[in-house]
Amino acid sequence: MRKALLAACFGLGLAAGALPQATEAQTPKRGGTLTYMIPADGGPSLDGHRETTYAVLHATAPFYSVLIRINPDNPSSTTDFTCDLCTEFPKPSDDGLTWTFKIRKGVKFHDGEPLTAQDVAASWKKIVSPPAGVASARYANFKMVESVAAPDDETVVFKLKFKTLSFLPALADPYAYIYSKKRLEQDMHWYEKNILGSGPFKLEAFTIGQSVKGVRNPDYYHAGQPYLDGFTAIFAPKQSVRVEAIRADRAALEFRSMPPAAVDQLTKELGDKITVQRSDWNCGNVLTPNHKVKPFDDVRVRKALFLAIDQWKGAQALSKIAIVRTVGSVVFPGSPLAANKEELEQLIGLWPDIDKSRAEARRLLKEAGQENLTFELLNRNVDQPYLIVGTWILDEWSKVGIKATQKVLPTGPWLDAMRSGNFTVALEANCQNIVNPIADVGRWLPYDVEQENFGGFLDPTLVEIYNKMLPETDVAKARVLMRQFEKRVNDEAHQLMVTYWYRQVPMRSYVKGWKISPSHYLNQDLANIWLDK
Amino acid sequence: MGLPAVVDDSLALRPTLWMRTIHFLRREPLGTFGLALVIIMAMTGGFAELIAPYNPTANDFAAMTEAPSWAHVLGTDQFGRDLLSRLIYGARTAMIVGLSSALVGGVIGLVLGVGSAYFGGLIDLILQRIFDIVMAFPLIILALAVVSIFGTGVQNVIIAITIPLIPRCARVVRSSALAIREIPYVDAARACGFSHSRIILRHMVPNVMAPFLIMITASVGQAVLAEASLSYLGLGVQEPVPAWGLMLQGGAEEYASTAPWIAIFPGLAIMLSVLGVNLFGDALRDTLDPKMRNR
Amino acid sequence: MYLYVIKRVLLVIPTLVGAAALVFLLMRLIPGDVCVIRLGSSGGTFDPKAVTLCHQELGMDRPIWVQFFDFMWGIVRFDFGTSMWSAKPVTTEIWARLPVSLEIALLGTVLATAIAIPLGTLSALRQNSWLDLFVRVFAIGGIATPSFWLGIISLLIVLDLTSFFLGSPWMPPIDYVPFWEDPIRNLSMVFLPAITIGYRYSAITMRMTRSTMLEVMREDYIRTARAKGLIHKLIINRHALKNAMLPVVTLIGIEFAFLIGGLVVTEQVFNLNGVGRLFVQAVQNQDYTLTQALVMMTVVVFVFCNLVVDLLYAWLDPRIRYS
Repeated sequence: MRKALLAACFGLGLAAGALPQATEAQTPKRGGTLTYMIPADGGPSLDGHRETTYAVLHATAPFYSVLIRINPDNPSSTTDFTCDLCTEFPKPSDDGLTWTFKIRKGVKFHDGEPLTAQDVAASWKKIVSPPAGVASARYANFKMVESVAAPDDETVVFKLKFKTLSFLPALADPYAYIYSKKRLEQDMHWYEKNILGSGPFKLEAFTIGQSVKGVRNPDYYHAGQPYLDGFTAIFAPKQSVRVEAIRADRAALEFRSMPPAAVDQLTKELGDKITVQRSDWNCGNVLTPNHKVKPFDDVRVRKALFLAIDQWKGAQALSKIAIVRTVGSVVFPGSPLAANKEELEQLIGLWPDIDKSRAEARRLLKEAGQENLTFELLNRNVDQPYLIVGTWILDEWSKVGIKATQKVLPTGPWLDAMRSGNFTVALEANCQNIVNPIADVGRWLPYDVEQENFGGFLDPTLVEIYNKMLPETDVAKARVLMRQFEKRVNDEAHQLMVTYWYRQVPMRSYVKGWKISPSHYLNQDLANIWLDK
Repeated sequence: MGLPAVVDDSLALRPTLWMRTIHFLRREPLGTFGLALVIIMAMTGGFAELIAPYNPTANDFAAMTEAPSWAHVLGTDQFGRDLLSRLIYGARTAMIVGLSSALVGGVIGLVLGVGSAYFGGLIDLILQRIFDIVMAFPLIILALAVVSIFGTGVQNVIIAITIPLIPRCARVVRSSALAIREIPYVDAARACGFSHSRIILRHMVPNVMAPFLIMITASVGQAVLAEASLSYLGLGVQEPVPAWGLMLQGGAEEYASTAPWIAIFPGLAIMLSVLGVNLFGDALRDTLDPKMRNR
Repeated sequence: MYLYVIKRVLLVIPTLVGAAALVFLLMRLIPGDVCVIRLGSSGGTFDPKAVTLCHQELGMDRPIWVQFFDFMWGIVRFDFGTSMWSAKPVTTEIWARLPVSLEIALLGTVLATAIAIPLGTLSALRQNSWLDLFVRVFAIGGIATPSFWLGIISLLIVLDLTSFFLGSPWMPPIDYVPFWEDPIRNLSMVFLPAITIGYRYSAITMRMTRSTMLEVMREDYIRTARAKGLIHKLIINRHALKNAMLPVVTLIGIEFAFLIGGLVVTEQVFNLNGVGRLFVQAVQNQDYTLTQALVMMTVVVFVFCNLVVDLLYAWLDPRIRYS
């Protein structure tokens, strides 16, 4: 039954706005070394379970296997899950509460040790219920899991407390590396400083702060892969360096995204030597007024803030200079649970008639006695797209008489100001590493449930709607509840989604096999990449 | 009176300030050029509202990254803001940052340097150590601390830049003041019962004016450059304030190949103003230094 | 003399202690902390318990004075602890990046000195000539130009020129190999940043050389030597240059310490994995231990250079030398 549901979702699965990559019917060539760049400084530890930054993922994913994942040949789908270490995608039993995975035979870690279901279970136990002293960054996504067990060397069983649509996407978390049980038993923190996986590549060299090198794993279990002989990943935090490097072919690409100016420059100069893949991005900016600070405790003022902004036209204009493009609400636009255009246009802040919207904003401000509203917008000192979006929002607000300025802080103080409630209105970001709508909208819940929501508000009705939606497995019904959730957030003007981001990945045309997805965390094990040289 | 007496070969009388200025203009062509640059910058910044064709913070999404044209003489940046207007208002920010930091830092440095030289002993020892620490301390941490605690804004950037300037100025003033301190005159004055402040103000300060003034002109240049570096690292003035250093951050590098005017003109502005200040400072030193006068 | 040396060396200690206390205090005054940055900067949801755990691991939940004592005690034993961001020893982190920064600093210094001293001397000898004017403007240009802007522009010029003449743009490599592994690749990566840093450095040295040469040449003993009829060149080489060099050498020494500051922005522009970039990262990540160690390193270099200069001048001053 579940498989039928998923099959129904396949049809709706293609992300709106994402251009699906035309599949070429070429035979992959073996050989060559891919040089790519990681747009960050080296991440903290090497343990995927405890880290959240893509710097760690881009540097380590090629070395590891996972249990299930988004199909690497169709990564723009939000529902096409396939097996990596399992043999075939199982149907759940026990009314959807038990999932039994059969693990492949003959998989080996890079040191020669065999990988069995015991290793899979041990790794997942670490993620789902970490022992004391061990951090698991996404542990909150697995509240539905009651237990993980490996009854024998080829079977892993997940028992759930309740059914939910958010389980499978959570299970396909790209960070869910499978570690060696032996190593974990010796030292739970071993993987923070070491790399030992069963993935398509073996670690060749790791130069601190500079580069990671990998070579092909000859014992890789997906036949024929990886096509590459090896790869070199170079840390390059400065964007101009990355653009020039691609231009001069010092590196072939970077896997995150480049702003439109860089993409335009590269395509203009290099013509058909460059291919660009584009996709909507499961990231967006969120405007969060602090409900505990006057006058933002007044829903009219909050609504006015949202009504003043012309997202439809603004997103279009901004898409030329910033990594934003699509307008949406709490759910990623490409997901089956997302609102369609008519539904979006009902929401405050997304009315199609901007003049009407701004008139209403002025009326509300007058009613609340806040005609000359002046305050500081807290923003992060990152150009793309925070500063650009922030500057644009200030301009929009000035059109209804709101005089706001930006208070720009470096990342650390910015996070701290929000966590300590030390702000009036903040521009933050919401970036999830896999599209999991039910789990993703948890970010919009009030602070008694979601501690990392900085809006400072309580809303039992919202929590009630969410608790009804969480165990709902019928997609159509879940969608109805999602619209209620969305409407409640919007009616109370708690927070506003301000333009979803847009990924554009330019790469040298000889790089083939990689397909873009809505998340820069997905499809990064490089196994299906080959070089047409 | 401020400056020490001058014996000029060509005049029997003690020359007036006007005559000295003319003398300077003829003798020091480079210095005059430098002074002219500084005056241009000051005028531009001072009368920005009258000169600038556009509002420097007005976004115009229809005219993003446009090349120089009749509508926008120096082009536009990635928000469609007129570059020339931003440069003009940026002169005001540079002037404010540069002059404030140099003057405040200079005056505090003067007080501390002269005090340290005059009183000597333990005060001198402690102050010297404090100067050492502050001078060795990297500017970026100071700036990050000031920005994070007090927030962004021009006045906080000025605070961050002023702090390292103080010990540098104090050091220079102190070595000049030490020379005067050694003169027996000072001890004699004390013996006569003159107060500390009278001796300091009437005798020490006037004689350190020359190196002090030179130090201030050098500091203005350093302050402008420091603001540029801090903005480049994201710790200086923040959007949408027009400031030359800020204009070189982020967008400039991103568009360096496709819209080089965004990067070139602010950099040139910084270079020319620091050049002007330094040329003038050099010439000032040449004029005020007795050894150099008779060439 | 010995008394002076001992006194002078002892004075270094309060400077170091003061700098250590200052950096410790300043870093902790900045709101936010490394744990939150580590988990929260991607914009995704994260478990607040993970933050608490991180604090415990790094010892940040201990009272402030305990942390300070730990830090000071560590310095005394030359133990700088582990980086709060990467959990690797601080010395490992710095050691991995030292070769790049040192190579650029040394190359920049060599280039700068090789250009500055001859040009400065010539400029002084031919004062007010066109050469002198050119040198003066060139030197002031070096002081006036922001080094990172120079870096950006020079990189662009290289790319555009190679693109124009060779058909495809050439860029220096973006990953570092040591000199002995591949000298050509190494040098091709290092020459542009060395020039960028060297320009400012050479400008300062050039000006100092010029002004000290000018001063020395007016000295009485030089006039005497000329009156005696010695050859001009001999005069310069034996007398003027030797005496002019002292302030110049001290300046080179002190400016080398300031070079680290220049490295901070230059390494960003050229994607160099050096100490300057590590410093920016450490400060942005609010990695207390790493920042503290790097600041102490900078302070030590600066204090050491000053100490050497002071001792040198004391040795040359007969009043102190023979006391």
